Amino acid sequence: MIWNSWNDFWAMGGYGLYVWGSFGVTALCMGVEMAWVKNARAQALTQVANELAAETNSKDWSS
Amino acid sequence: MIQKLFFYASPQNFYPLAGRLWPVFACLATALSVWGLWLGMFVAPTDFQQGEGYRIIFVHVPVSWMSMVIYLAMAFWALLGLTFNTRLSGMMTKALAPTGAICAFLSLWTGALWGKPMWGTWWVWDARLTSELILFFLYLGHIALTSAIDDPRRADKAGGILALVGALNVPVIYFSVKWWNTLHQGASVSLTKGSSMAQVMLEAMLIMGIAFWMYAVALALYRVRSIILIRERHTQWVADLPEVKAQMMKISAGGAKA
Amino acid sequence: MSAFVAIVKRDLTLALRRKNEVITSVFFFVVVAALFPLGIGPEMNTLRLVAPGILWVGALLASMLSLGRMFASDYADGSLEQMALSPNSLSLLVAAKILAHWLLSGLPLVLLAPILGLQFDLSTDALWILTLSLLLGTPVLSLIGAVGAALTLGVRGGDVLLSLLVLPLYVPALVFGAGAVQAEISGLGASAHLSVLAALVLVAAVFSPWASAASLRIALES
Repeated sequence: MIWNSWNDFWAMGGYGLYVWGSFGVTALCMGVEMAWVKNARAQALTQVANELAAETNSKDWSS
Repeated sequence: MIQKLFFYASPQNFYPLAGRLWPVFACLATALSVWGLWLGMFVAPTDFQQGEGYRIIFVHVPVSWMSMVIYLAMAFWALLGLTFNTRLSGMMTKALAPTGAICAFLSLWTGALWGKPMWGTWWVWDARLTSELILFFLYLGHIALTSAIDDPRRADKAGGILALVGALNVPVIYFSVKWWNTLHQGASVSLTKGSSMAQVMLEAMLIMGIAFWMYAVALALYRVRSIILIRERHTQWVADLPEVKAQMMKISAGGAKA
Repeated sequence: MSAFVAIVKRDLTLALRRKNEVITSVFFFVVVAALFPLGIGPEMNTLRLVAPGILWVGALLASMLSLGRMFASDYADGSLEQMALSPNSLSLLVAAKILAHWLLSGLPLVLLAPILGLQFDLSTDALWILTLSLLLGTPVLSLIGAVGAALTLGVRGGDVLLSLLVLPLYVPALVFGAGAVQAEISGLGASAHLSVLAALVLVAAVFSPWASAASLRIALES
Protein backbone atom coordinates (compact mmCIF):
# COMPACT_ATOMS: atom_id res chain seq x y z
CA MET A 1 0.00 0.00 0.00
CA ILE A 2 1.57 3.24 -1.05
CA TRP A 3 -0.99 5.74 0.15
CA ASN A 4 -0.80 7.13 3.65
CA SER A 5 -4.44 8.05 3.76
CA TRP A 6 -7.57 8.16 1.62
CA ASN A 7 -7.11 11.90 1.27
CA ASP A 8 -3.73 11.30 -0.32
CA PHE A 9 -5.33 8.84 -2.70
CA TRP A 10 -7.98 11.28 -3.88
CA ALA A 11 -5.48 14.14 -4.12
CA MET A 12 -3.06 12.10 -6.26
CA GLY A 13 -0.16 14.34 -5.30
CA GLY A 14 -1.85 17.40 -6.72
CA TYR A 15 -2.82 15.74 -9.99
CA GLY A 16 -6.22 14.71 -8.68
CA LEU A 17 -8.20 16.76 -11.19
CA TYR A 18 -6.41 15.24 -14.15
CA VAL A 19 -6.27 11.64 -12.95
CA TRP A 20 -9.86 11.51 -11.75
CA GLY A 21 -11.00 13.60 -14.71
CA SER A 22 -9.57 10.90 -16.95
CA PHE A 23 -10.81 7.90 -15.00
CA GLY A 24 -14.14 9.54 -14.38
CA VAL A 25 -14.92 10.39 -17.99
CA THR A 26 -13.74 6.94 -19.10
CA ALA A 27 -16.03 5.27 -16.58
CA LEU A 28 -18.84 7.60 -17.62
CA CYS A 29 -18.40 6.77 -21.30
CA MET A 30 -18.30 3.06 -20.55
CA GLY A 31 -21.45 3.35 -18.48
CA VAL A 32 -23.23 5.35 -21.15
CA GLU A 33 -22.22 2.83 -23.80
CA MET A 34 -23.46 -0.10 -21.76
CA ALA A 35 -26.77 1.62 -21.14
CA TRP A 36 -27.04 2.56 -24.80
CA VAL A 37 -26.40 -0.99 -25.93
CA LYS A 38 -28.99 -2.38 -23.51
CA ASN A 39 -31.49 0.18 -24.76
CA ALA A 40 -30.71 -0.71 -28.36
CA ARG A 41 -31.54 -4.34 -27.64
CA ALA A 42 -34.82 -3.41 -25.97
CA GLN A 43 -35.74 -1.24 -28.93
CA ALA A 44 -34.80 -3.98 -31.39
CA LEU A 45 -36.97 -6.51 -29.57
CA THR A 46 -39.87 -4.06 -29.44
CA GLN A 47 -39.58 -3.23 -33.13
CA VAL A 48 -39.37 -6.87 -34.17
CA ALA A 49 -42.27 -7.89 -31.93
CA ASN A 50 -44.43 -5.01 -33.17
CA GLU A 51 -43.84 -5.90 -36.78
CA LEU A 52 -44.58 -9.57 -36.18
CA ALA A 53 -47.71 -8.70 -34.23
CA ALA A 54 -48.85 -6.44 -37.07
CA GLU A 55 -48.27 -9.24 -39.56
CA THR A 56 -50.25 -11.76 -37.55
CA ASN A 57 -53.05 -9.24 -37.06
CA SER A 58 -53.23 -8.45 -40.74
CA LYS A 59 -53.32 -12.17 -41.50
CA ASP A 60 -56.33 -12.51 -39.18
CA TRP A 61 -58.07 -9.71 -41.02
CA SER A 62 -57.57 -11.21 -44.45
CA SER A 63 -58.84 -14.68 -43.46
CA MET B 1 -12.45 -26.08 -39.19
CA ILE B 2 -13.27 -23.89 -42.17
CA GLN B 3 -16.70 -25.46 -42.34
CA LYS B 4 -17.21 -24.59 -38.67
CA LEU B 5 -16.34 -20.98 -39.46
CA PHE B 6 -18.75 -20.85 -42.36
CA PHE B 7 -21.39 -22.37 -40.08
CA TYR B 8 -21.12 -19.30 -37.87
CA ALA B 9 -21.17 -16.95 -40.85
CA SER B 10 -24.93 -17.30 -40.83
CA PRO B 11 -26.57 -14.76 -38.52
CA GLN B 12 -28.94 -17.45 -37.29
CA ASN B 13 -26.07 -19.51 -35.95
CA PHE B 14 -23.95 -16.62 -34.78
CA TYR B 15 -26.73 -15.08 -32.68
CA PRO B 16 -26.78 -17.77 -29.97
CA LEU B 17 -22.99 -18.07 -30.05
CA ALA B 18 -22.62 -14.35 -29.41
CA GLY B 19 -25.22 -14.69 -26.68
CA ARG B 20 -23.14 -17.31 -24.91
CA LEU B 21 -19.82 -15.55 -25.43
CA TRP B 22 -20.44 -11.95 -24.41
CA PRO B 23 -20.89 -12.69 -20.69
CA VAL B 24 -17.57 -14.55 -20.72
CA PHE B 25 -15.78 -11.55 -22.15
CA ALA B 26 -17.60 -9.22 -19.79
CA CYS B 27 -16.44 -11.26 -16.78
CA LEU B 28 -12.87 -11.31 -18.07
CA ALA B 29 -12.99 -7.58 -18.61
CA THR B 30 -14.26 -6.97 -15.07
CA ALA B 31 -11.76 -9.31 -13.43
CA LEU B 32 -8.81 -7.94 -15.41
CA SER B 33 -9.71 -4.32 -14.80
CA VAL B 34 -10.07 -4.90 -11.06
CA TRP B 35 -6.65 -6.54 -11.01
CA GLY B 36 -5.11 -3.91 -13.29
CA LEU B 37 -6.54 -1.02 -11.31
CA TRP B 38 -5.41 -2.60 -8.07
CA LEU B 39 -1.87 -2.90 -9.41
CA GLY B 40 -1.92 0.51 -11.01
CA MET B 41 -3.51 2.55 -8.26
CA PHE B 42 -2.42 0.78 -5.10
CA VAL B 43 0.81 -1.05 -5.82
CA ALA B 44 2.68 0.89 -8.49
CA PRO B 45 4.94 3.53 -6.94
CA THR B 46 5.06 7.24 -7.66
CA ASP B 47 6.90 8.17 -10.82
CA PHE B 48 10.11 10.10 -10.27
CA GLN B 49 9.48 12.65 -13.02
CA GLN B 50 5.74 12.79 -13.41
CA GLY B 51 4.49 12.33 -9.86
CA GLU B 52 1.08 10.77 -9.50
CA GLY B 53 -0.12 12.23 -12.80
CA TYR B 54 1.39 9.36 -14.77
CA ARG B 55 -1.35 7.04 -13.55
CA ILE B 56 -3.50 8.32 -16.37
CA ILE B 57 -1.59 5.92 -18.64
CA PHE B 58 -3.60 3.09 -17.13
CA VAL B 59 -6.59 4.31 -19.12
CA HIS B 60 -4.96 6.44 -21.81
CA VAL B 61 -2.77 3.73 -23.32
CA PRO B 62 -5.48 1.02 -23.32
CA VAL B 63 -8.08 3.23 -25.02
CA SER B 64 -5.52 4.39 -27.59
CA TRP B 65 -4.57 0.81 -28.36
CA MET B 66 -8.22 -0.17 -28.62
CA SER B 67 -9.04 2.71 -30.96
CA MET B 68 -6.46 1.33 -33.36
CA VAL B 69 -7.17 -2.38 -32.80
CA ILE B 70 -10.89 -1.84 -33.34
CA TYR B 71 -10.25 0.00 -36.58
CA LEU B 72 -8.12 -2.91 -37.77
CA ALA B 73 -10.86 -5.33 -36.72
CA MET B 74 -13.38 -3.28 -38.72
CA ALA B 75 -11.08 -3.40 -41.74
CA PHE B 76 -10.71 -7.17 -41.28
CA TRP B 77 -14.47 -7.74 -41.21
CA ALA B 78 -14.83 -5.36 -44.15
CA LEU B 79 -12.33 -7.38 -46.18
CA LEU B 80 -14.12 -10.60 -45.25
CA GLY B 81 -17.49 -9.13 -46.13
CA LEU B 82 -16.42 -7.76 -49.49
CA THR B 83 -14.64 -11.00 -50.43
CA PHE B 84 -17.26 -13.51 -49.33
CA ASN B 85 -20.31 -11.26 -49.56
CA THR B 86 -21.47 -12.34 -46.09
CA ARG B 87 -24.14 -10.31 -44.32
CA LEU B 88 -22.69 -10.89 -40.87
CA SER B 89 -19.36 -9.18 -41.65
CA GLY B 90 -21.12 -5.90 -42.32
CA MET B 91 -23.06 -6.25 -39.09
CA MET B 92 -19.84 -6.82 -37.12
CA THR B 93 -18.24 -3.72 -38.63
CA LYS B 94 -21.33 -1.73 -37.69
CA ALA B 95 -21.22 -3.17 -34.16
CA LEU B 96 -17.57 -2.23 -33.67
CA ALA B 97 -17.64 1.33 -34.98
CA PRO B 98 -19.27 3.16 -32.03
CA THR B 99 -16.94 1.56 -29.47
CA GLY B 100 -13.95 2.49 -31.61
CA ALA B 101 -15.11 6.07 -31.92
CA ILE B 102 -15.62 6.37 -28.17
CA CYS B 103 -12.14 4.91 -27.56
CA ALA B 104 -10.63 7.44 -29.95
CA PHE B 105 -12.46 10.25 -28.16
CA LEU B 106 -11.32 8.98 -24.74
CA SER B 107 -7.76 8.74 -26.03
CA LEU B 108 -7.90 12.41 -26.97
CA TRP B 109 -9.59 13.41 -23.70
CA THR B 110 -7.21 11.51 -21.43
CA GLY B 111 -4.31 12.63 -23.58
CA ALA B 112 -5.28 16.24 -23.07
CA LEU B 113 -5.67 15.74 -19.33
CA TRP B 114 -2.24 14.19 -19.22
CA GLY B 115 -0.76 16.90 -21.39
CA LYS B 116 -1.94 19.82 -19.31
CA PRO B 117 0.11 19.11 -16.18
CA MET B 118 3.05 17.64 -18.12
CA TRP B 119 3.45 20.04 -21.03
CA GLY B 120 1.40 23.00 -19.83
CA THR B 121 -1.23 23.06 -22.56
CA TRP B 122 -4.46 21.17 -23.11
CA TRP B 123 -3.49 20.28 -26.65
CA VAL B 124 -0.15 19.63 -28.27
CA TRP B 125 0.27 18.92 -31.95
CA ASP B 126 2.20 15.80 -31.06
CA ALA B 127 2.41 13.27 -33.89
CA ARG B 128 0.49 10.59 -32.03
CA LEU B 129 -2.26 12.86 -30.69
CA THR B 130 -2.76 14.42 -34.11
CA SER B 131 -2.96 11.01 -35.77
CA GLU B 132 -5.44 9.97 -33.09
CA LEU B 133 -7.55 13.03 -33.92
CA ILE B 134 -7.59 12.06 -37.58
CA LEU B 135 -8.48 8.47 -36.62
CA PHE B 136 -11.42 9.90 -34.67
CA PHE B 137 -12.53 11.76 -37.81
CA LEU B 138 -12.23 8.53 -39.80
CA TYR B 139 -14.53 6.79 -37.32
CA LEU B 140 -17.05 9.63 -37.46
CA GLY B 141 -16.97 9.53 -41.25
CA HIS B 142 -17.62 5.81 -41.26
CA ILE B 143 -20.55 6.10 -38.86
CA ALA B 144 -21.94 9.04 -40.83
CA LEU B 145 -21.73 7.18 -44.14
CA THR B 146 -23.34 3.95 -42.89
CA SER B 147 -26.11 5.89 -41.16
CA ALA B 148 -26.85 8.01 -44.22
CA ILE B 149 -27.44 5.10 -46.58
CA ASP B 150 -30.87 3.56 -46.22
CA ASP B 151 -30.29 0.21 -47.89
CA PRO B 152 -28.43 -1.92 -45.29
CA ARG B 153 -26.52 -4.02 -47.83
CA ARG B 154 -25.29 -0.96 -49.68
CA ALA B 155 -24.40 0.68 -46.36
CA ASP B 156 -22.41 -2.41 -45.36
CA LYS B 157 -20.46 -2.54 -48.61
CA ALA B 158 -19.82 1.19 -48.80
CA GLY B 159 -18.72 1.19 -45.16
CA GLY B 160 -16.51 -1.76 -45.93
CA ILE B 161 -14.69 0.04 -48.72
CA LEU B 162 -14.33 3.13 -46.59
CA ALA B 163 -12.92 1.09 -43.70
CA LEU B 164 -10.40 -0.57 -46.00
CA VAL B 165 -9.34 2.69 -47.64
CA GLY B 166 -9.02 4.23 -44.19
CA ALA B 167 -7.03 1.32 -42.80
CA LEU B 168 -4.57 1.51 -45.69
CA ASN B 169 -4.28 5.24 -45.20
CA VAL B 170 -3.71 5.21 -41.45
CA PRO B 171 0.00 4.30 -41.68
CA VAL B 172 0.47 6.92 -44.41
CA ILE B 173 -1.32 9.52 -42.30
CA TYR B 174 0.71 8.61 -39.23
CA PHE B 175 3.97 8.81 -41.13
CA SER B 176 3.10 12.14 -42.70
CA VAL B 177 2.03 13.61 -39.36
CA LYS B 178 5.23 12.34 -37.74
CA TRP B 179 7.24 14.00 -40.50
CA TRP B 180 5.22 17.20 -40.10
CA ASN B 181 5.74 17.17 -36.36
CA THR B 182 9.48 16.57 -36.20
CA LEU B 183 10.23 19.35 -38.62
CA HIS B 184 8.31 21.91 -36.63
CA GLN B 185 8.97 20.98 -33.07
CA GLY B 186 12.34 21.10 -31.42
CA ALA B 187 12.28 18.71 -28.50
CA SER B 188 10.19 15.66 -29.23
CA VAL B 189 7.55 15.00 -26.65
CA SER B 190 7.19 11.37 -25.86
CA LEU B 191 4.54 9.71 -23.79
CA THR B 192 7.03 7.48 -22.03
CA LYS B 193 9.98 9.81 -22.03
CA GLY B 194 13.03 9.47 -19.90
CA SER B 195 13.00 6.73 -17.31
CA SER B 196 11.94 3.32 -18.46
CA MET B 197 8.81 2.20 -16.73
CA ALA B 198 8.91 0.19 -13.56
CA GLN B 199 7.89 -3.43 -13.95
CA VAL B 200 4.64 -3.00 -12.01
CA MET B 201 3.56 -0.03 -14.10
CA LEU B 202 4.10 -1.94 -17.31
CA GLU B 203 2.24 -4.95 -15.95
CA ALA B 204 -0.72 -2.85 -14.84
CA MET B 205 -0.84 -1.09 -18.19
CA LEU B 206 -0.83 -4.34 -20.14
CA ILE B 207 -3.50 -5.87 -17.92
CA MET B 208 -5.69 -2.81 -18.38
CA GLY B 209 -5.05 -3.05 -22.13
CA ILE B 210 -6.34 -6.59 -22.27
CA ALA B 211 -9.23 -5.65 -19.98
CA PHE B 212 -10.37 -2.97 -22.41
CA TRP B 213 -10.01 -5.41 -25.27
CA MET B 214 -12.29 -7.91 -23.54
CA TYR B 215 -14.74 -5.10 -22.81
CA ALA B 216 -14.77 -4.03 -26.46
CA VAL B 217 -15.35 -7.60 -27.65
CA ALA B 218 -18.18 -8.10 -25.14
CA LEU B 219 -19.86 -4.86 -26.26
CA ALA B 220 -19.48 -5.69 -29.95
CA LEU B 221 -20.98 -9.17 -29.47
CA TYR B 222 -23.90 -7.75 -27.49
CA ARG B 223 -24.48 -4.99 -30.00
CA VAL B 224 -24.34 -7.28 -33.04
CA ARG B 225 -27.17 -9.33 -31.59
CA SER B 226 -29.47 -6.30 -31.71
CA ILE B 227 -28.36 -5.57 -35.26
CA ILE B 228 -29.04 -9.18 -36.26
CA LEU B 229 -32.52 -8.99 -34.74
CA ILE B 230 -33.45 -5.95 -36.79
CA ARG B 231 -31.85 -7.08 -40.02
CA GLU B 232 -33.27 -10.59 -39.89
CA ARG B 233 -36.66 -9.65 -38.51
CA HIS B 234 -38.50 -11.18 -41.46
CA THR B 235 -37.16 -14.68 -40.84
CA GLN B 236 -38.85 -17.53 -39.08
CA TRP B 237 -36.01 -18.22 -36.69
CA VAL B 238 -36.25 -14.70 -35.26
CA ALA B 239 -40.00 -15.09 -34.84
CA ASP B 240 -39.33 -18.32 -32.94
CA LEU B 241 -36.86 -16.75 -30.50
CA PRO B 242 -38.07 -16.90 -26.89
CA GLU B 243 -37.24 -13.24 -26.18
CA VAL B 244 -39.23 -12.13 -29.24
CA LYS B 245 -42.18 -14.28 -28.25
CA ALA B 246 -42.00 -12.86 -24.73
CA GLN B 247 -42.07 -9.34 -26.13
CA MET B 248 -45.07 -10.21 -28.28
CA MET B 249 -46.84 -11.53 -25.19
CA LYS B 250 -46.17 -8.22 -23.48
CA ILE B 251 -47.66 -6.37 -26.41
CA SER B 252 -50.82 -8.42 -26.63
CA ALA B 253 -51.21 -8.36 -22.84
CA GLY B 254 -50.57 -4.64 -22.56
CA GLY B 255 -52.70 -3.77 -25.56
CA ALA B 256 -50.89 -0.51 -26.30
CA LYS B 257 -47.95 -0.70 -28.71
CA ALA B 258 -44.62 0.71 -27.49
CA MET C 1 -7.39 3.86 -75.01
CA SER C 2 -9.85 5.54 -77.30
CA ALA C 3 -12.58 5.05 -74.74
CA PHE C 4 -10.40 6.85 -72.21
CA VAL C 5 -9.84 9.81 -74.51
CA ALA C 6 -13.49 9.85 -75.50
CA ILE C 7 -14.64 10.09 -71.88
CA VAL C 8 -12.16 12.88 -71.12
CA LYS C 9 -13.34 14.83 -74.15
CA ARG C 10 -16.98 14.22 -73.25
CA ASP C 11 -16.60 15.37 -69.65
CA LEU C 12 -14.67 18.48 -70.67
CA THR C 13 -17.26 19.37 -73.30
CA LEU C 14 -20.14 18.91 -70.89
CA ALA C 15 -18.46 20.93 -68.15
CA LEU C 16 -17.50 23.76 -70.45
CA ARG C 17 -21.15 24.10 -71.44
CA ARG C 18 -21.79 24.98 -67.83
CA LYS C 19 -18.77 27.16 -67.30
CA ASN C 20 -19.98 28.80 -64.15
CA GLU C 21 -19.51 25.60 -62.12
CA VAL C 22 -15.84 25.55 -62.99
CA ILE C 23 -15.43 29.24 -62.40
CA THR C 24 -17.11 29.25 -59.00
CA SER C 25 -14.71 26.76 -57.45
CA VAL C 26 -11.76 28.75 -58.80
CA PHE C 27 -13.34 31.91 -57.48
CA PHE C 28 -13.71 30.19 -54.10
CA PHE C 29 -9.95 29.69 -53.98
CA VAL C 30 -9.36 33.36 -54.66
CA VAL C 31 -11.82 34.46 -52.00
CA VAL C 32 -10.43 32.12 -49.34
CA ALA C 33 -6.90 33.30 -50.04
CA ALA C 34 -8.11 36.84 -49.44
CA LEU C 35 -10.19 35.98 -46.37
CA PHE C 36 -7.34 34.61 -44.31
CA PRO C 37 -5.28 37.80 -44.24
CA LEU C 38 -8.43 39.65 -43.28
CA GLY C 39 -8.76 37.30 -40.35
CA ILE C 40 -5.09 37.18 -39.39
CA GLY C 41 -3.96 40.76 -39.92
CA PRO C 42 -1.88 42.51 -42.59
CA GLU C 43 1.51 42.02 -40.95
CA MET C 44 3.60 40.71 -43.84
CA ASN C 45 5.99 38.64 -41.76
CA THR C 46 3.12 36.61 -40.30
CA LEU C 47 1.47 36.21 -43.66
CA ARG C 48 4.65 34.99 -45.29
CA LEU C 49 4.90 32.34 -42.58
CA VAL C 50 1.36 31.05 -42.94
CA ALA C 51 1.07 31.45 -46.71
CA PRO C 52 1.95 27.88 -47.72
CA GLY C 53 -0.64 26.41 -45.37
CA ILE C 54 -3.36 28.88 -46.30
CA LEU C 55 -2.89 28.50 -50.02
CA TRP C 56 -2.77 24.74 -49.79
CA VAL C 57 -5.87 24.48 -47.60
CA GLY C 58 -7.67 26.91 -49.90
CA ALA C 59 -6.80 24.79 -52.93
CA LEU C 60 -7.80 21.65 -51.05
CA LEU C 61 -11.22 23.03 -50.13
CA ALA C 62 -11.84 24.44 -53.60
CA SER C 63 -10.95 21.08 -55.15
CA MET C 64 -13.21 19.30 -52.69
CA LEU C 65 -16.20 21.52 -53.50
CA SER C 66 -16.37 20.22 -57.04
CA LEU C 67 -16.01 16.52 -56.17
CA GLY C 68 -19.74 15.93 -55.95
CA ARG C 69 -20.04 16.80 -59.62
CA MET C 70 -17.77 13.98 -60.73
CA PHE C 71 -20.37 11.23 -60.96
CA ALA C 72 -23.63 12.87 -59.96
CA SER C 73 -24.95 14.04 -63.32
CA ASP C 74 -24.00 10.80 -65.05
CA TYR C 75 -25.69 8.84 -62.28
CA ALA C 76 -28.82 10.95 -62.61
CA ASP C 77 -29.26 10.52 -66.36
CA GLY C 78 -28.23 6.87 -66.53
CA SER C 79 -24.98 7.21 -68.47
CA LEU C 80 -23.07 5.87 -65.48
CA GLU C 81 -24.94 2.58 -65.77
CA GLN C 82 -24.14 2.49 -69.46
CA MET C 83 -20.48 2.95 -68.63
CA ALA C 84 -20.64 0.12 -66.12
CA LEU C 85 -22.31 -2.17 -68.64
CA SER C 86 -19.98 -1.33 -71.49
CA PRO C 87 -17.21 -3.74 -72.51
CA ASN C 88 -14.62 -1.19 -71.39
CA SER C 89 -13.10 -1.57 -67.95
CA LEU C 90 -14.98 0.66 -65.52
CA SER C 91 -11.71 1.52 -63.79
CA LEU C 92 -10.39 2.93 -67.06
CA LEU C 93 -13.48 5.04 -67.60
CA VAL C 94 -13.36 6.26 -64.00
CA ALA C 95 -9.70 7.18 -64.47
CA ALA C 96 -10.75 9.24 -67.47
CA LYS C 97 -13.41 11.03 -65.42
CA ILE C 98 -10.88 11.75 -62.69
CA LEU C 99 -8.48 13.21 -65.24
CA ALA C 100 -11.23 15.42 -66.63
CA HIS C 101 -12.14 16.53 -63.11
CA TRP C 102 -8.54 17.44 -62.39
CA LEU C 103 -8.20 19.38 -65.65
CA LEU C 104 -11.28 21.38 -64.71
CA SER C 105 -10.77 22.01 -61.01
CA GLY C 106 -7.17 21.14 -60.15
CA LEU C 107 -5.24 22.66 -63.01
CA PRO C 108 -6.83 26.14 -62.74
CA LEU C 109 -5.81 26.21 -59.07
CA VAL C 110 -2.23 25.32 -60.01
CA LEU C 111 -2.12 28.13 -62.55
CA LEU C 112 -3.70 30.62 -60.17
CA ALA C 113 -1.59 29.81 -57.13
CA PRO C 114 1.54 31.81 -58.02
CA ILE C 115 -0.55 34.93 -58.51
CA LEU C 116 -2.22 34.48 -55.14
CA GLY C 117 1.15 33.69 -53.63
CA LEU C 118 2.27 37.19 -54.53
CA GLN C 119 -0.37 38.51 -52.15
CA PHE C 120 1.59 36.83 -49.39
CA ASP C 121 4.95 38.11 -50.55
CA LEU C 122 6.41 34.71 -51.28
CA SER C 123 9.78 34.61 -53.01
CA THR C 124 10.07 33.44 -56.60
CA ASP C 125 11.60 30.13 -55.52
CA ALA C 126 8.78 29.57 -53.04
CA LEU C 127 6.19 30.39 -55.70
CA TRP C 128 7.76 27.88 -58.04
CA ILE C 129 7.73 25.17 -55.40
CA LEU C 130 4.14 26.08 -54.51
CA THR C 131 3.06 25.60 -58.10
CA LEU C 132 4.97 22.34 -58.36
CA SER C 133 3.56 20.99 -55.11
CA LEU C 134 0.02 21.81 -56.22
CA LEU C 135 0.70 20.30 -59.63
CA LEU C 136 1.64 17.05 -57.92
CA GLY C 137 -0.84 17.36 -55.07
CA THR C 138 -4.11 18.28 -56.79
CA PRO C 139 -4.21 15.00 -58.75
CA VAL C 140 -3.95 13.16 -55.42
CA LEU C 141 -6.92 15.20 -54.19
CA SER C 142 -8.96 14.33 -57.28
CA LEU C 143 -7.99 10.66 -57.05
CA ILE C 144 -8.80 10.23 -53.36
CA GLY C 145 -11.87 12.43 -53.71
CA ALA C 146 -13.19 10.17 -56.46
CA VAL C 147 -13.47 7.26 -54.01
CA GLY C 148 -15.44 9.45 -51.62
CA ALA C 149 -17.65 10.78 -54.42
CA ALA C 150 -18.41 7.23 -55.55
CA LEU C 151 -19.24 6.08 -52.02
CA THR C 152 -21.65 8.94 -51.35
CA LEU C 153 -23.37 8.84 -54.73
CA GLY C 154 -27.07 9.53 -54.34
CA VAL C 155 -26.89 9.59 -50.55
CA ARG C 156 -28.87 12.19 -48.64
CA GLY C 157 -26.65 15.01 -47.42
CA GLY C 158 -23.96 13.64 -49.70
CA ASP C 159 -21.89 16.79 -50.14
CA VAL C 160 -21.15 17.48 -46.50
CA LEU C 161 -20.73 13.76 -45.84
CA LEU C 162 -18.23 13.64 -48.69
CA SER C 163 -16.16 16.37 -47.07
CA LEU C 164 -16.19 14.56 -43.73
CA LEU C 165 -15.04 11.34 -45.37
CA VAL C 166 -12.37 12.76 -47.60
CA LEU C 167 -10.67 15.42 -45.45
CA PRO C 168 -8.84 13.01 -43.11
CA LEU C 169 -7.55 11.15 -46.15
CA TYR C 170 -6.26 14.42 -47.61
CA VAL C 171 -3.90 14.99 -44.68
CA PRO C 172 -0.76 13.38 -46.17
CA ALA C 173 -1.04 15.40 -49.38
CA LEU C 174 -1.55 18.57 -47.38
CA VAL C 175 1.36 17.88 -45.04
CA PHE C 176 3.82 17.17 -47.82
CA GLY C 177 2.46 19.81 -50.17
CA ALA C 178 2.51 22.73 -47.77
CA GLY C 179 5.61 21.29 -46.15
CA ALA C 180 7.44 21.45 -49.46
CA VAL C 181 6.90 25.19 -49.70
CA GLN C 182 7.89 25.72 -46.10
CA ALA C 183 11.01 23.66 -46.58
CA GLU C 184 11.92 25.79 -49.57
CA ILE C 185 11.36 28.99 -47.59
CA SER C 186 13.48 27.82 -44.68
CA GLY C 187 16.27 26.79 -47.03
CA LEU C 188 16.06 23.03 -46.41
CA GLY C 189 15.06 22.19 -49.96
CA ALA C 190 11.79 20.70 -51.06
CA SER C 191 13.01 17.68 -53.00
CA ALA C 192 12.16 15.18 -50.26
CA HIS C 193 8.61 16.48 -49.91
CA LEU C 194 8.07 16.59 -53.64
CA SER C 195 9.36 13.04 -54.03
CA VAL C 196 6.85 11.81 -51.45
CA LEU C 197 4.09 13.74 -53.21
CA ALA C 198 5.08 12.12 -56.49
CA ALA C 199 4.94 8.72 -54.79
CA LEU C 200 1.46 9.54 -53.46
CA VAL C 201 0.28 10.42 -56.95
CA LEU C 202 1.57 7.18 -58.39
CA VAL C 203 0.05 5.00 -55.67
CA ALA C 204 -3.26 6.85 -55.80
CA ALA C 205 -3.32 6.65 -59.60
CA VAL C 206 -3.02 2.88 -59.38
CA PHE C 207 -5.51 2.21 -56.58
CA SER C 208 -8.10 4.94 -56.77
CA PRO C 209 -9.76 4.16 -60.14
CA TRP C 210 -10.17 0.56 -59.05
CA ALA C 211 -11.57 1.44 -55.61
CA SER C 212 -13.86 4.09 -57.13
CA ALA C 213 -15.12 1.63 -59.74
CA ALA C 214 -15.89 -0.90 -56.98
CA SER C 215 -17.74 1.80 -55.03
CA LEU C 216 -19.69 2.84 -58.13
CA ARG C 217 -20.82 -0.72 -58.72
CA ILE C 218 -22.10 -0.83 -55.14
CA ALA C 219 -24.01 2.39 -55.70
CA LEU C 220 -25.43 1.16 -59.00
CA GLU C 221 -26.51 -2.20 -57.60
CA SER C 222 -29.04 -0.75 -55.22
